[in-house]
Formats: sequence, C-alpha cells, structure tokens
Amino acid sequence: MKALSISNLKKEYQGGVQALKGINLQVDEGDFFALLGPNGAGKSTTIGVISSLVTKTSGQVKILDIDIDENHSLAKKKLGVVGQEVNFNQFEKVGDIIRNQAGYYGLGFRKSKENAKYYMKKLDIWDKRNEQARKLSGGMKRRVMVAKALVNNPELLILDEPTAGVDIELRRSLWDFLTEINNNGTSIILTTHYLEEAERLCRNIAIIDSGEIVENTSMQELLTRLEEETFIFDLVKPINELPDVNEFEVVLENPRRIKVTLAKDQGLNTVFKKLSEFGIEISSMRNETGRLEELFLELVEPTLKEKEQ
Amino acid sequence: MNTTEQFRALGTILYKEIHRFMRIWMQTLIPPAIMIMLYFVIFGTLIGKRIGQMGGFDYVQFMIPGLIMMSVISNSYSNVVSSFFGQKFSRSIEELLITPLPHYLILLGWVLGGVARGLVVGAIVTFVSLWFYDLTVDNWPLCIFVVISTSVLFSLGGFLNALFAESFDDISIIPTFIMQPLIYLGGVFYSIQLLPSFWQTISLANPILYMINAFRFSILGSSDLEALGFSIYSALGMIVFFIVLFSSICLWLLNKGRGIRT
Repeated sequence: MKALSISNLKKEYQGGVQALKGINLQVDEGDFFALLGPNGAGKSTTIGVISSLVTKTSGQVKILDIDIDENHSLAKKKLGVVGQEVNFNQFEKVGDIIRNQAGYYGLGFRKSKENAKYYMKKLDIWDKRNEQARKLSGGMKRRVMVAKALVNNPELLILDEPTAGVDIELRRSLWDFLTEINNNGTSIILTTHYLEEAERLCRNIAIIDSGEIVENTSMQELLTRLEEETFIFDLVKPINELPDVNEFEVVLENPRRIKVTLAKDQGLNTVFKKLSEFGIEISSMRNETGRLEELFLELVEPTLKEKEQ
Repeated sequence: MNTTEQFRALGTILYKEIHRFMRIWMQTLIPPAIMIMLYFVIFGTLIGKRIGQMGGFDYVQFMIPGLIMMSVISNSYSNVVSSFFGQKFSRSIEELLITPLPHYLILLGWVLGGVARGLVVGAIVTFVSLWFYDLTVDNWPLCIFVVISTSVLFSLGGFLNALFAESFDDISIIPTFIMQPLIYLGGVFYSIQLLPSFWQTISLANPILYMINAFRFSILGSSDLEALGFSIYSALGMIVFFIVLFSSICLWLLNKGRGIRT
C-alpha cells in the first residue's frame, strides 16, 4: 500500500502562476521520505493540497489508497500535519490546544485526554500543559505543533520544515522522536532546508523544483551518484605542511585535521597508504556532511541561476 | 466521521467558543451590561419619565424588548466575526481544515458559539432590566423562538463577514456603518408610528425592525407590526428565510474555500 500517491497534480494560482505543473509522487507505507526543493519550488503547495489548505487545480491525491476527493473524511483521519508556521491560538493553554485537536477528529473526551497526555510527555511539554502557548519558546511551540499533529495517531505524518529555527538539542531530540514513531509504523514525509537532516533520517527522497519533480529515488542511490566524496581525517600528531600527493586532493584544515577529496572509483586504501608513507598517523575519520547538499545544488542549479539573473 | 464523532467534534468547537468568550468576560459580558444599565438610567428613568407612554406602554417597558434584542444581535454577530476572523488571522483555522470535519459542522459550531454568547448577554440584560421594571412575558414559546432565531441569523451574518474580511478594519465596517444604524432605526427606542408616513415606509425596509417588533410582541403582546398591517408570522417567515439564505451562502463559500483556502 502507498502512504501517499499523487498523480498529475497541478496548481495554478490566480494571476496564472503555476505552482505545481503536474507532479507525480509515490510514498510507500512505513517510509521516511524527504521532499526537498529550493524556496518557492512547490513543497508547501503540495503539502497544502494534501492537507486541504490549498485547492488543487487538477490531479489526484490518495492517502493510504483513499482518494481525498472521494472519501475526504476517511482520508483526513489518517493524516497528521505539522505546518511551517505556528498555527494555533497562542492565548490558549497548551493542554487545551492539543486536547481540542483530538476532539476535532471526533475522539471522545477521555481518549483525547489520554492521547494528549501521552504525546505531551513524549515531547517533554507535559509540565507546560497549563501555560498559555504564547509564553513558550519557539522550540516548545514546535513541540506543541508536533504533539497536535500526532494526537489522532495518524498513519501518515507530514512535517513542513519542523526544525526550522530551533536549537541543535531540540532538533536532535525531535530526530530521535521521529525515528521512533517511524519505526513504530507511521509513514513520514519531511520537508526541510537542513539537508543533513534529510540525509540522516530519510530513506527515500524527491526533489521538487519550479513545480516539477526533478528527482525521485532512494537516498542511497542518490548519494552513490556523487562523483567524488570528501573525508575528514583527524591526525595523531600535528603537521605544518601538506604532503605532496597527486592521487587525490588534500586540504590542511588545521595542524591536526586534513580534508581529503576522492574520486568515486578511488579506494580509501590509497589514502591510508600514501599518508603513512609521509609518516602521518590518523586517529579518526568521518564523512564530510553535506554530500546531499552538493547533489541538491547540482539538481536545482539551473533554476537558482535563472532566479539570480 | 460517524454521527458520534461529529457530535464530539461539534462539542469541541462549541466548548472552545464558549470557553473563549468566558475567558475574556471583562470584554465580552460586562460592557453590554454596563451600557444597557446606562440606557435604562438615562433614557428609561430620567428622560423616560418625561416621555410618558410609548406604543401604549410605559417608556421603560417599551424599551426593554428592544434593548434585549439589540444586545443579542450585536453580541451574536461580534462573537462570530471576531472569533472566526481571529482564527483566520492567527492561521489557527488550519487546525480545523486539516481534520475530517465537514464544513457544515464548522459553520454550526461557530453559529452555536455566537448564539451562546448572544443568549448569555441577553440573559444578563434581562436580569439588569428587572431592576428597572417588573417584566412579564406574554408568549414564552414565541419569545424563545424569536430570540434564538435572530441570534442564529446574526451569527451567520458575522460568519459571512469573517469569511470576506482580510483585515481588522473589515470586521468593524459592517457593525459600525450598517448594523448599528439599522438597529437604532429599527424601533428600539421609539414606535415607528410616530414617524411621518414617508419615513414609516422607509423603515419598513429595515429587516431588524421586524425582529425587534416580533420580540416586543412576544413580551408585551403588542407591537408596531399589527398596527401597520403586518402579521407576526411575516416577521418569523422573514427571519427563517434569511437564515436559510445566509446558511446556504456560508456553506457555498466554505466549500469554495473563500477566505480560508488559497
């Protein structure tokens, strides 16, 4: 079964702006899926159409094989959405906001209370339940939005830039939480500007640009397309000069760290061998993050250049 | 959503709406009570004594149904328009739009919220009026029907206004420039039989006149309507007609996504 199936989805705004030019997208049940794209590419419009905040011009959207036009109510029961901006009444108490959201889905009072309590505890906002939402920090408000989106136990959760502007600690705790609920069976679609986030969390990916899907594949497959890869090596002893090597590119980041860029077909053994020839000992190594970023820029570069011009 | 789920969802909207205006009772419930008390003191007691009789009743007695209705109308309207526009403005309307809630439940929830506030304020005003006059009701069923149906109608009006509103200015234009004049010229403070025939004819085009007079009839057993040759049923029919019309327009606009979807 597909968690989400979009066929030939088009959206034309008044004034003739074509936000979506007939996109097709399939997300498997249980997947953790990244939907990426530059600003104005059509990510939020796509999410808006799925969640009924935007009226589509044409096309078909199915949530868990249920057409949103044919059985709107059933399709929406299976969906939870975390919007890009805070979208709750900030004068209400946190507990009321989350319980009311459960009520809108038709959950009984006891069940609403139970679910709200569960997710408030999971997201560490239980202590804030009696506080007015406007008094919370930006990160806490994000947690309220996630709890609100999950309170009806949706089978498909869509998050539109959930970690935008939040601190690293919260971002990482949110990542762990999302991984946990995905492992428990909830399908997740994530849009983000932090490509590291997508690379770390998502198994499959689609890149949308100017209202069209320009790439739709697995994260693994996409990353293997990189022509070269960069590694960071931490050194046991500091060095002042770079070794003279031609086989690969080396950059001295600081006396205890070098950055090595290899072609896709080159093995790491060459690097180790060459470095040891120069008496350089390595204490640790890691991939440079941002591999996805390189690919992303490659894919959307023509549009970015067009916009710049 | 099955029927039970729909009731629960409707209950949630209604609870939220009642909770909202009760939370800010200093802004929503006290000002109408103070304003009405001033009307009674100034127009009823001080000036009213000099006026004497109006439409065959003491002036205070004549004024009471109009003042109750004026409070119900303006509070039902303002509750819905400010609450729904507030939700649009803060984008918290998205909370509802992403759920399986059908549009008629969203409309019904807000209308019931408006009716709840209209009736609470109407009850407060009635209670205040009892200090000034020993009020009796001539026809309870008619009284209840008129007050609730008028409250429903103006709640729908508020909803319609909120759907079109794009700024806070937009939610005050209709109450200030259309509703207030119609209420004040709708026979709250005077019998239209006092007007020259030309202005009487003009006044008959004011729908609020029929509502105030239908309510006055239910309490006092007499109003301008019969004197001008109109049956009370024509007033009731008109209220029902506008309720059906406004509900249909609101639902059509909601289904189209006017003001709530892009």
